[in-house]
Amino acid sequence: MPVSVSSSRLIYDALKGAGVRIVSALPETWLVHLIRMAEDDPEVILVRLAKEEEGVGISAGAHLAGVKSAMLMQNHGFLASVNGIVSGAQLYRIPLLMLISARGEYGERDPWQTEGGLVTAHVLDALRIPYARLDSGDRVSREIAKALTLAYSASRPVALLLGRDLMWEDA
Amino acid sequence: MKRLDAMRAVYPELEREGRVVVTIMGAVAAELQSIGHRQNFFYLQHAMGLASSLGLGIALSRPEVQVIVFDGDGSVLMNLGGLTTLARYRPRNLVHVVFDNESLLSVGGFPTATSTGSDIAAMARGAGVPLTATVDTINGFQQAFANALGANDLTTMVAKVDAVGPAGFVTDLSLLENRYQFQRHLQHLKDRT
Repeated sequence: MPVSVSSSRLIYDALKGAGVRIVSALPETWLVHLIRMAEDDPEVILVRLAKEEEGVGISAGAHLAGVKSAMLMQNHGFLASVNGIVSGAQLYRIPLLMLISARGEYGERDPWQTEGGLVTAHVLDALRIPYARLDSGDRVSREIAKALTLAYSASRPVALLLGRDLMWEDA
Repeated sequence: MKRLDAMRAVYPELEREGRVVVTIMGAVAAELQSIGHRQNFFYLQHAMGLASSLGLGIALSRPEVQVIVFDGDGSVLMNLGGLTTLARYRPRNLVHVVFDNESLLSVGGFPTATSTGSDIAAMARGAGVPLTATVDTINGFQQAFANALGANDLTTMVAKVDAVGPAGFVTDLSLLENRYQFQRHLQHLKDRT
């Protein structure tokens, strides 16, 4: 599976370095290494979800309890979480860090991923969620730190879109 | 059994130092506030279904805090997968109470699937929640709640209650005031230990 281990390591180390101690996730191909890294790390609690929207509740609880968290999900998982984001995290001004694999863009071979690729950025815009794209490893650490800084200063959800060129080695 | 009476019966337990209460929206939130708001109570007034997930987030983050979630049948049915996540991480510091009035009372009283036989305690058991109970009297509720608090393990207890609630659900406690108060309370608990 040509999911990039080195990019996953960069992302994971940046999350850890930024103080993230709870990671919620639903398995998705591009995220397998990241999820395994969280699972193997005794200092981080990995919460495997049944549906991504649960992660909004878990992150909200963690925040109120004083622990930094991040959500790992596919863009379809983000779409499945919209109500929790709006009527949970935004209504209650909860800083959320969402790392979203951007499936369904140029280079996508799976037909079932393609509709989500068309709408993800528009839905983020409609929800007024600031986001940045990560398409190469050089800015990963800095962008994750900056995203968390804004999430906390604004007390709002923010997102990072993990692109194919970052996560997949056989483009 | 009326939910208000059930909550009143265990209210002294809710106020205890080191415990926090997370409730769903609507009647549960309004009724608990009518008994008396405390800084360790948080009312998730929307994001239906996620109160138990939010409780799990607190329980995992702060093992020394005992977390009590007041859920409802409509909310649990919206996040059934959440029962499997709760069971999977099995927080020993979480008591999950489901007030089951077999209806979506806050939005007009339409019957939920528990009115036609769906059994939330059985689903929690099936999900892997180690301790479950179903009660339909105040004495039974008090006893089951005391057992759950003392069990040192995850409990989901279903309280069958009448489909009655307050006339209105808006209170004078603003959502953000409650949220920041609650966060500060959890911080104070940490500073004290």
